[in-house]
Amino acid sequence: MDIPKEILLTMYERMVRIRKFEEKASELFAKGLLPGFIHTYVGQEATAVGVCAALKPDDLVTSTHRGHGHVIAKGGEPQYMMAELYGKETGYCKGKGGSMHIADPDKGILGANGIVGGGLPIATGAGLSVKLRNSNQVVACFFGDGASNQGTFHESINMASLWKLPVVYVCENNLYGEFTPQKRHQAITDISQRATAYGIPGVTVDGMDVVAVYEATQEAIKRARAGNGPTLIEAKTYRFHGHFEGDPQLYRDQAEVQKWMERDPIPSFEKQLLESKVLTEEDLRKIREAVQREIDEAVKFAENSPYPADREAVEDIYTDLVEEGRVR
Amino acid sequence: MRKMSFAQAINEGIRHEMRRDPNIFLMGEDVRFGVFGVTAGLYDEFGEDRVRDTPITEEAIAGAAVGAAAAGSRPIAEIMFIDFITVAMDQIVNQAAKMRYMFGGKIKLPITYRTMAGAGISAAAQHSQSLEAWFTHVPGIKVVFPSTPSDALGLIISSIRDDNPVLFVEHKLLYAVEGEVPDTDEPIPLGVADVKRPGKDVTIVATGFMVHKALQAAEELAKDGIEAEIVDPRTLFPLDKETIYNSVRKTHKVVIVTEEVKRGAWSGELAADITEDIFDELRAPIKRVGSLNAPIPFSPPLEKYVVPNEVDIINAVKSIA
Repeated sequence: MDIPKEILLTMYERMVRIRKFEEKASELFAKGLLPGFIHTYVGQEATAVGVCAALKPDDLVTSTHRGHGHVIAKGGEPQYMMAELYGKETGYCKGKGGSMHIADPDKGILGANGIVGGGLPIATGAGLSVKLRNSNQVVACFFGDGASNQGTFHESINMASLWKLPVVYVCENNLYGEFTPQKRHQAITDISQRATAYGIPGVTVDGMDVVAVYEATQEAIKRARAGNGPTLIEAKTYRFHGHFEGDPQLYRDQAEVQKWMERDPIPSFEKQLLESKVLTEEDLRKIREAVQREIDEAVKFAENSPYPADREAVEDIYTDLVEEGRVR
Repeated sequence: MRKMSFAQAINEGIRHEMRRDPNIFLMGEDVRFGVFGVTAGLYDEFGEDRVRDTPITEEAIAGAAVGAAAAGSRPIAEIMFIDFITVAMDQIVNQAAKMRYMFGGKIKLPITYRTMAGAGISAAAQHSQSLEAWFTHVPGIKVVFPSTPSDALGLIISSIRDDNPVLFVEHKLLYAVEGEVPDTDEPIPLGVADVKRPGKDVTIVATGFMVHKALQAAEELAKDGIEAEIVDPRTLFPLDKETIYNSVRKTHKVVIVTEEVKRGAWSGELAADITEDIFDELRAPIKRVGSLNAPIPFSPPLEKYVVPNEVDIINAVKSIA
């Protein structure tokens, strides 16, 4: 691995942060402490982290309903995320968005999205803005195998390839669109094949291997920054939890889940780091412990934060207007 | 004052703003030449980057505007016919209108969606609708509906300068209408109604092309001694209720005239507002004039039958006058 040590370290730390954040969120949800519903990223960490490690701080990402991983991978802070999951005033979105709509524009995170495939045109437009403003940024657009069947997939990639926009389309093929396995929602296995239809490169990469994802993304970014247009990266991955927390997962075999869990991206990355002597067991343990403390602090921060005031419900709809409130 | 057509006024407003701010760009299907020539000539001045023909791909046009605005540009996105906006609804309703709110005010989306509405040229059921009410129903988007060249000029400037998504609705029969416009390109604030004709006997609130039908009706009514006051809200949201209410406080009678299919129309919302807020001012039931609850038919006599005209307005006024 000829990747600088600090990047490998950040990758590991962020993968662990995603895992521990999601495990905590899952636990809190099961206890009934989180409103709404959440879709966890457990198992897919290598994809978000591999992609975002190749991005610069001012590069942009669009995310999905399963977005916690993308936010953390791009530098999002667990305390504000956790507070958002609780619906608290201190959350990233003042509690107005929740799990599915976390955004941090200052870090280039243009928001998670509750509509499957909804982020694709947005990423494309962000790429257009980058091109028009000559800002040399790149946009990474995350979406799933399910979204690859939406019209927005076709409309967006057609547009981006036509205009050579600096967008990296990252299809996280976790083999299920909600409850439906890939073989029952599309007739192909490798979604990257669809790139051919747009005259752009399409690559399939092992989404459980953070280094492989990182390298494929670097290649795509190089192409994007050079003005040569988008790339479609398909990362084959797997979600270890259900579509949402509490999903009884009647649609899949536990043996399949077990098989994929044996390929857990975090232990395998640890092994790589140890074998190449980048980090020691001690280093890894320290990172895990520090992240665990950070997540525990995030929960305390969220729990100790107030709910938003009622009037917040009618603010932030427009920049210059407040809608009428209710007198009770 | 200068004389200009409605289409030229929109063109002038866009040109003025694009000269002022290099961050503004225009995209849509065939905008280089422009349907009805509205955007004609802008390509020659600003080039293909800023006057951008898109594939026929409404959801990507609407969504690319969201992404471009989120990333720091100020897009003007054209959805050629408002009927085609159905294809783009997710990006306008779920994304553009909600992102700022969902993100706790952390983002602004200065988008102008321009689109052409209305019947009158035998364009049939998929190219003639008046769907503006759908968007007034969605918090997070403003809806502008000018009726004269002067208003179109001032309101397109304000729409482009607004930091929120704005749907700018252009009635296709207005494009050729000529009128006086101020010598300088000045914005007209959104949310300010305009009294198009003063009167004391009845308030006619009319929008878009129906403003002109109402003006014709008012001339006829005047012959019978009924002086109608015509209020053009100009923006459907934000709505200048005070100007409308002040007129009602004077006339105590209201007819609302819109080209929309009457069922579920914006006119119903306004009627409800008036009854909730100033019911005591009314001396007669509020009357609404709108299109029949039918798709817009192709055949010219049928189209004329479905869409309201000055006779319908006169009849409505006389029924309460």
